[in-house]
Amino acid sequence: MLIRDNRIQVAHHHQDGHNHSHPHAKGDTAVHSVKSGLREIKVVRRVLDVNEKMADENRVLFNQHGIFVLNLMSSPGSGKTTTLEKTLAAITPEIKCAVIVGDICTTNDADRLSVSGVPVVQINTDEFGGDCHLAAHVIEKAAVSIPLNEIDLLIVENIGNLVCPAEFDIGEDARAVILSVTEGEDKPLKYPLMFRESDVAILNKTDLLPYLDYDVEEAVSSIRQIHPGMPVFEMSSKTEAGMGPWLDWLKGQVRNKLQG
Amino acid sequence: MHEMGIAMQIIEIATASIPKEESDVTVARVNLKVGKLAAVVSDSLRFCFEIAAKETPLEGAELDIEEIPVRARCKACDAEWTIEGPAFNCEKCDSGQIEILSGRELNIESIEIADEDTINADSGQ
Repeated sequence: MLIRDNRIQVAHHHQDGHNHSHPHAKGDTAVHSVKSGLREIKVVRRVLDVNEKMADENRVLFNQHGIFVLNLMSSPGSGKTTTLEKTLAAITPEIKCAVIVGDICTTNDADRLSVSGVPVVQINTDEFGGDCHLAAHVIEKAAVSIPLNEIDLLIVENIGNLVCPAEFDIGEDARAVILSVTEGEDKPLKYPLMFRESDVAILNKTDLLPYLDYDVEEAVSSIRQIHPGMPVFEMSSKTEAGMGPWLDWLKGQVRNKLQG
Repeated sequence: MHEMGIAMQIIEIATASIPKEESDVTVARVNLKVGKLAAVVSDSLRFCFEIAAKETPLEGAELDIEEIPVRARCKACDAEWTIEGPAFNCEKCDSGQIEILSGRELNIESIEIADEDTINADSGQ
């Protein structure tokens, strides 16, 4: 199906400039036909209110401890865990860190990261219905297992997914998105919310560029089309080439938070 | 992708919005505003809602989804426009310093309750 939703809905265009769609599901026509018999009760609430309130509570908690919280997001397989491993190795023990890592199943990532010596909490969302993202209440639960008094930086490795994690505030200070050069240059255009909502982007796996037909300039320009001015760190977490600016950025953020 | 979770939140909020003295009523329609930047697929949300609403006061209720366009304002030249494609630069001056005015909504605006005599009148048709 190549037809876009908004095109389909042109037929329902209303005078106020918004598109409504009125599906007439089986069984709803009876009540619908006697419109005068419906009483409207105003609600006006955000559906994700509960998550946003809890995210604010998380933020207050992390602020009290002066902890900088980074929400690290990407599609599956673009190198979140390797980036974390190398990042932790480079910034500890100078910066005291903890990690929350989210996956639908397995503790493989936590096992990989635990060798870094930092506290790692693995969340498996299959207990939460196999969720495609980490929500604020999950972070609240995980935070109980983290020695908040002893750390300056909490990195949350979100579920590999370029869609849903962008929608859920977890109480973070900043969001970083990783795009790897084995994905399409136009990924940012296909997943605009993720790149719009992130504060920095990493273009990862640049060590593979000699073997690929990848246009770095086009990828960076796609990112900037969605988020003009966003810093983009071109690097390889595997070889550690080009990681300097990313590490400097992260250390700077932690320092700023510590200084209040 | 998380439409089921959203459907359940909608049911929770809508159920809590029914006046206490009217606990037996049937909710006929839930009016939503969904921004085009919200990661929500309307058809998927309706499908999940229909299932999740079973045995709640919202069973059989229609979900009316008003899609809200992405509107932006340029901080440099003050222009306002509707973002249609995946580009977030000012249409007029090409500045990247923009403010998103709408398009991130995922709001329940209202619920519509069917009065008992409406239902009776209907069934008598």
